Amino acid sequence: MVGMGVKLVYGNGGIVAVVGAAGVLAIMALWFGDVIQESRRGLYDEQMDRSFRWGMGWFIFSEVMFFAAFFGALFYVRQFAVPWLGGEGEKGVTALLWPEFVAHWPLLNPPGSSVSGPEQILSPWQLPLVNTLILVTSSITLTVAHEGLKLRYRHTCRNWLAGTVLLGCIFIFIQGVEYYEAYAHYGITLEAGIFGATFFILTGFHGLHVIIGTIILGVMLLRIHKNHFGPDHHFGFEAACWYWHFVDVVWIGLFVFVYVI
Amino acid sequence: MAKLPPKSMPLHSTPAAADGQLNTHTALPKGVMRWVLTTNHKEIGTLYLLFSLSMFFVGGVFALVVRAELFQPGLQLIDPEFFNQMTTMHGLIMVFAAVMPAFTGLANWMIPLQIGAPDMALPRLNNFSFWLLPVAFTLLLSTLLMPGGGPNFGWTFYAPLSTTYAPASTTFFILAIHIAGISSILGAINIIATILNMRAPGMRLMDMPLFVWTWLITAFLLIAVMPVLAGVITMMLMDINFGTNFFNAAGGGDPVLFQHLFWFFGHPEVYIMILPAFGIVSAIIPTFARKPLFGYTSMVYATAAIALLSFLVWAHHMFLVGLPLVAELFFMYSTMLIAVPTGVKVFNWVTTLFRGSISFEPPMLFALAFVVLFTIGGFSGIMLAIAPADFQYHDTYFVVAHFHYVLVPGAIFAIMAGAYYWLPKWTGHYPNERLAQWHFWLSVIGVNLTFFPMHFAGLAGMPRRIPDYALQFADFNMVSSIGAFFFGTSQLLFVIVVVICVRGGKKAPAKAWEGAEDLEWSVPSPAPLHTFERPPKFERSTS
Repeated sequence: MVGMGVKLVYGNGGIVAVVGAAGVLAIMALWFGDVIQESRRGLYDEQMDRSFRWGMGWFIFSEVMFFAAFFGALFYVRQFAVPWLGGEGEKGVTALLWPEFVAHWPLLNPPGSSVSGPEQILSPWQLPLVNTLILVTSSITLTVAHEGLKLRYRHTCRNWLAGTVLLGCIFIFIQGVEYYEAYAHYGITLEAGIFGATFFILTGFHGLHVIIGTIILGVMLLRIHKNHFGPDHHFGFEAACWYWHFVDVVWIGLFVFVYVI
Repeated sequence: MAKLPPKSMPLHSTPAAADGQLNTHTALPKGVMRWVLTTNHKEIGTLYLLFSLSMFFVGGVFALVVRAELFQPGLQLIDPEFFNQMTTMHGLIMVFAAVMPAFTGLANWMIPLQIGAPDMALPRLNNFSFWLLPVAFTLLLSTLLMPGGGPNFGWTFYAPLSTTYAPASTTFFILAIHIAGISSILGAINIIATILNMRAPGMRLMDMPLFVWTWLITAFLLIAVMPVLAGVITMMLMDINFGTNFFNAAGGGDPVLFQHLFWFFGHPEVYIMILPAFGIVSAIIPTFARKPLFGYTSMVYATAAIALLSFLVWAHHMFLVGLPLVAELFFMYSTMLIAVPTGVKVFNWVTTLFRGSISFEPPMLFALAFVVLFTIGGFSGIMLAIAPADFQYHDTYFVVAHFHYVLVPGAIFAIMAGAYYWLPKWTGHYPNERLAQWHFWLSVIGVNLTFFPMHFAGLAGMPRRIPDYALQFADFNMVSSIGAFFFGTSQLLFVIVVVICVRGGKKAPAKAWEGAEDLEWSVPSPAPLHTFERPPKFERSTS
């Protein structure tokens, strides 16, 4: 926990950051390890199970609200801020700042001359579409794995789960390629006006969640391998599924609002 | 809740309980590590409350620096730059480190006792939530010592003041708020899980004490809006460190976007700081009026209504930034609507008092002062809600007077009332009656002396957040400053009362107050470390 604070001094020292991050990860590993041990020893009753369910459910709700802030920012910018800068609507006085500015989304021509916009934007029907298909497929494979677990087909479960993890990794890889393309050939950068900012904060935090989700599923794969779960007693696995489906749904929203529309 | 096995097996719901350590307390680590590693809701509650109390004084000292500078017009004691840091830090510390942890501490202590649960639902998470706080606020306070000084843009940290024109330490400020936010979210998840899952068999939602109800709704608000705060400060972080243009119009962003996002968090946040206070007062008034609470159901629905409306009113903080007319009207009316459920509550409290046999113990005194003075703050809130009038009041001391009336004699008096009410349960001793009375009367006088003149200074046009002011405001400010030192000093009495109460005093029985009804009064005073290891039988009151 103390490591958490130290980690945040990254402005000044990378070593401190690494030590802090390692500390946090170690604490989490020990913590979850204890929980797994206790669960394995059958110390958790139904009530504890329900507490975990409520806890995970509300945690995901908090994540939803976290993304809601970024989606809200995107909608506000697209609906209000940029058109107003272009002189539209009642609050068009902001247009007096840059009279020649023409509002258009995606914003390739930020009003201020100090900011250069993206040269072009990514087509949604190439890599993003592939990624969409990958994530949707991964949700399906995960569900198959879950059903397999419930029906005691442990190997089926393991194989389909491994497939899901693989799909997660491919998604991350493709997203990495897309980022490279965006920076190298499209001029979409963090500094490229509001389009770049919203694009990267939304896809970036989503990508981070995919990475976390893949790691969680990887741990689940290990636990399946060690035969930790029973057909009725596997909330750890179920929570991982909830998380993965949540990440999937966020991507659908991203695909529609960031890439397509 | 009938799903609990009827044969009373020991509740294996907490990991600590699971190892069978419940009966052998010898396994507890000793000394400091006991407190660092504790997963007990009472010990964590105590930690929260002590942390909050100490931060209350830190924030208080910042306020006194501000008031000392404002004692007379002109610049006497400190630089304007440092003045801004003091106002900012006062607000941040009081909101995030004093009031919120105090309520969380009370929740930790009292919710399991009030619903007959052995502990919180997720005890390890509880420990983690608490220990994030000292880390967060050590980091935040350390910014004051950094080159360029600490945050100086007000507790609302509007962009671009907090991005383009901010001191270098702002990144640390953002990270500190991130940690505090994670702490709040995890704490709220825990509280919700506890309330929904750990109630004694037979206790329905509508049987819960109102403190539990208000906290259930508060926890929902916390989980809904703290992530939005996290989102907006993340955008700030990116604007500062990674060259994004979220709040920069030159890149197509918008500084007003910051205000929308901030107040979408900020307005529910002020209800987070007042709803549990409603719950405490709703417990105390029936106890000392010796009558059941009038309109329990309407209290619950009013609380829920306030919470839902709080999501629809945020832009009333922004009437002057240039909103479209239709938005001004919408937010004006929706804000006024909040007065309805709040009025329901005030009337319920008054009606509970009506023809009760009232006695004036310290908790009751604070609760009654709460009802009166919070209502004053509520009324000035309605005045501020009127958009055309707000053009005059905006950013004046009238606003300062308004939110201090709802936070100091509102939230903080309710916390004090709760502390006096439950101290017998925590320590086994009654707080010293005479000293507590002194504390109450000095506090009431101090609060009004400090904040009432601010209404006049504000209506006359004195702006907030300035170290110097025009001569015509001199008298009001002098009175406010005297009142502030008076109030601040008298809070030391509270510490004395608490210390005396912990060390000894009149012994309290299990049911410390004659008219108290809730489950917490069925366990001995002081409450033993582990209570309700077997779920109590909940009997529904007939009212």
